[in-house]
Amino acid sequence: MMSAVALQMSCVAALLAVAVLSIVLSRSRNAAALIYGMTMAICVVATAVAMNWLIRGVPETSALVLPVGLPWLGAHFRLDHLASFFLVVVNFGGAAASLYGLGYGHHETEPHRVLPFFPAFLAGMNLVILADDAFSFLLCWEFMSLASWALVLAHHREAGNAAAGYVYLVMASFGTLALLLAFGLLAGPAGDYGFAAIRATQHAPGAIGLVLILMLLGAGSKAGLVPLHVWLPLAHPAAPSHVSALMSGVMTKVAIYGFIRVVFDLLGQPTWWMSVIVLFLGAVTAVMGILYAMMEQDLKRLLAYSTIENVGVIFVGLGLALAFQANGFRLAAALALTAALFHVLNHSLFKSLLFFGAGAVLTSTGERNMDKLGGLIHRMPKTSFAMLVGCVAISALPPFNGFVSEWLMFQAVLQSPDLPQWALKIMVPAVGAALALAAALAAACFVKAYGIAFLGRPRSAPAEAAGEVDRYSLTAMFVLAALCLFAGILPGLVIDALSPVTIDILGGRMPVQANEAWLSIVPIADSRSSYNGLLVMVFIAICASSAAFFIHRFASRALRRGPAWGCGFSDPVPAAQYSGESFAQPIRRVFGTLAFHARDHVAMPPPGDTRPARLRIELHDLVWERGYRPIAEAVGFSAGWLNRLQFLTIRRYLSLVFATLVTLLLVLAIWS
Amino acid sequence: MQLHSLAFDVSHTLAGGLVLISFLMLYQDRLYSLLNVFALHAVVLALSVAWQAFIQDAPHLYVTAAIALVFKAIIIPVALHRIVQRLGIHRDIEAAVGIGPTMLAGMGLVALSMVLMLRVTPEADPLAREDLAFALSVVLLGLLVMVTRRNAVSQVVGFMSLENGLVLAATGAKGMPLVVEISVAFSILIAFIVIGIFLFRIRERFDSVDVSTLDDFRGERR
Repeated sequence: MMSAVALQMSCVAALLAVAVLSIVLSRSRNAAALIYGMTMAICVVATAVAMNWLIRGVPETSALVLPVGLPWLGAHFRLDHLASFFLVVVNFGGAAASLYGLGYGHHETEPHRVLPFFPAFLAGMNLVILADDAFSFLLCWEFMSLASWALVLAHHREAGNAAAGYVYLVMASFGTLALLLAFGLLAGPAGDYGFAAIRATQHAPGAIGLVLILMLLGAGSKAGLVPLHVWLPLAHPAAPSHVSALMSGVMTKVAIYGFIRVVFDLLGQPTWWMSVIVLFLGAVTAVMGILYAMMEQDLKRLLAYSTIENVGVIFVGLGLALAFQANGFRLAAALALTAALFHVLNHSLFKSLLFFGAGAVLTSTGERNMDKLGGLIHRMPKTSFAMLVGCVAISALPPFNGFVSEWLMFQAVLQSPDLPQWALKIMVPAVGAALALAAALAAACFVKAYGIAFLGRPRSAPAEAAGEVDRYSLTAMFVLAALCLFAGILPGLVIDALSPVTIDILGGRMPVQANEAWLSIVPIADSRSSYNGLLVMVFIAICASSAAFFIHRFASRALRRGPAWGCGFSDPVPAAQYSGESFAQPIRRVFGTLAFHARDHVAMPPPGDTRPARLRIELHDLVWERGYRPIAEAVGFSAGWLNRLQFLTIRRYLSLVFATLVTLLLVLAIWS
Repeated sequence: MQLHSLAFDVSHTLAGGLVLISFLMLYQDRLYSLLNVFALHAVVLALSVAWQAFIQDAPHLYVTAAIALVFKAIIIPVALHRIVQRLGIHRDIEAAVGIGPTMLAGMGLVALSMVLMLRVTPEADPLAREDLAFALSVVLLGLLVMVTRRNAVSQVVGFMSLENGLVLAATGAKGMPLVVEISVAFSILIAFIVIGIFLFRIRERFDSVDVSTLDDFRGERR
């Protein structure tokens, strides 16, 4: 019998083999079906193995050393509960994306640009999670980044995609540099890069602070923490939609895994100020991400910005867990970490679903711009239903899964008055308020996305001619939608499955949920608060059906068609409908001036002039303009300046060498 | 004790003489006299190495001394003389920096290397210590010659004198294997040949061995 980690590694090897096979086959006609089918089968097996390991919850780990990599280190791989949870997320996301790809892949114009990298990308993410030494971790991390970069550039001829790939590459290498430095600090002067050795060392407080900041830079740039998020809304939408789903739904989770692995597992007992940084960044990310999403008209970019918001929410959960753990509140810490991990799972489900839906809309209409869509609920009813489930789930409405994790998060926020530090006592409720704001804005954002794209009347000819997508894509979407509902009404199962993870990492766990009556979940104790997704769903179902029944029973049954009130427009064209920008306008008025320096420019021609009046909206991406552009300009300026060094005379080169030597000698003479 | 003190004094004098001759090299403004001074430099180096061989009782160092004498004091200066004659090179050296500032800079460099070496190696053998300080001065002065001259031949001479400093440092330390020194000597010879060929090529193309013509050729301003 193979050990669990060996099984996982064989799945990875199989994925890599599929990647190689797809290079051979990629130009044949049925390659896509074969490759996606094999990838899906492997991912299902890997999910099952990881899930089995997680649910059994035995307090042991499964390790494997391969004789590759650094000669004195080898490549260590290990499966523990944290890893197995993230492997479930990754491989399930991979399986769903492969299923979706079975249908969606037929529309690919250049399949040989996608097929080899898709399984390789999945293999890279699996390896990052399994890695048990810093060298393997960084190597696999880079492999994952490069595979996803190749997928981002799959449609490299489309405008903006090459630039997106470039920005992604720069940010990814910056992130890896930060991780490299972090692991260098962790390994210390002894230079043992195995995670077991790092875990056993006592780290100095200064080193811990630096490692935390470097991890926030390294893992945070991959996960999309503001202000390191700039690549994410460019790169995620540029990839084919099932890859976008993987990048948004799954790869950001791998980054979060890296953060948890280092900060919770390797650094040892946290101190309270660490949580302040994480909480602050998480809250800023959540609010800014969803504000950006609100302003966006491109469906896939909106989803990418929403990913940033969700990453912020997850980081708030992690920050809370750090705060509680630092003060020894194991139960509250377990609650916060469970909420964060639950949200990881939820986000991977509904964000994949939403990207699949966006991909379906894209294949069916060729449009990503919401202002060219509309009325799709009549033309693509099944996709629209699945998208509706996704939108409701991501808006954190009961009885779906998004509500449960956010509710758990707020339960953790409510534990904050017990914290002894005044800074945290004041900060955590403020962060909770930011979280509430983000949740409300997310709901508004997805009402906008769904309302503009799927309701109303078609705003363009392609939207009018749209048709339902293939059955593979629909199956993938419906499976995810069903899981969103399932995790929403039976959250106790997920919480209990997560308990070995929190026991491993924090030494505590939430109360056992399986014993609760009526499938309720109880974060702390029965007497304080509880939630029952099933009852909420039954209540909603009874209310809605009885309302419908009463209306249809007692109101007039006759179907009447009459002239709708035209708001004063005698000839309503579809362009006169509510648009995405009009939907965002109230939010833009409130937050836009501060967050985006938004200005409305109204060009009103004087009476007698026949020109149309125009409303132009000016938005600024302040992070880009204030943060990144100056850096880019400074780099460009210094590169231009240093370029002169390339054209010096021989004597000047000699003089430079000479001056350097003398300066170094002087430094030595003065210092020693 | 008496002998040790004498040994110390003589090697000190020879190494100090080498530094002094490096200064002479800085001062020269004629090519022939520069080459003569360089030959003298090599002779003093050979003497110094031979003296080290004597007091360290290391016969292989005599080989090094012989190599220095034959190659650096005779073959290379003669060859350079012939090159200068054959190429009809202008025999005055255009210095990029005036003689006065160069001499001042040279003194600064010697002071720097003294301060540095004496401070860095307080517990070393005093003989090796001072030897190293002088050797570093010779290396730095050789570099200074290379930097302040525009003429390719004088840059070659600067390079060779720099290498003399390296040999001085190597022999001052006890136990340097002969192989290393021989290979260093041969690499210098090879470098000399390569540089000589380049000199011919530069001369052929530009009718001058002033390296500034190279810069003009590249279209660079100086």
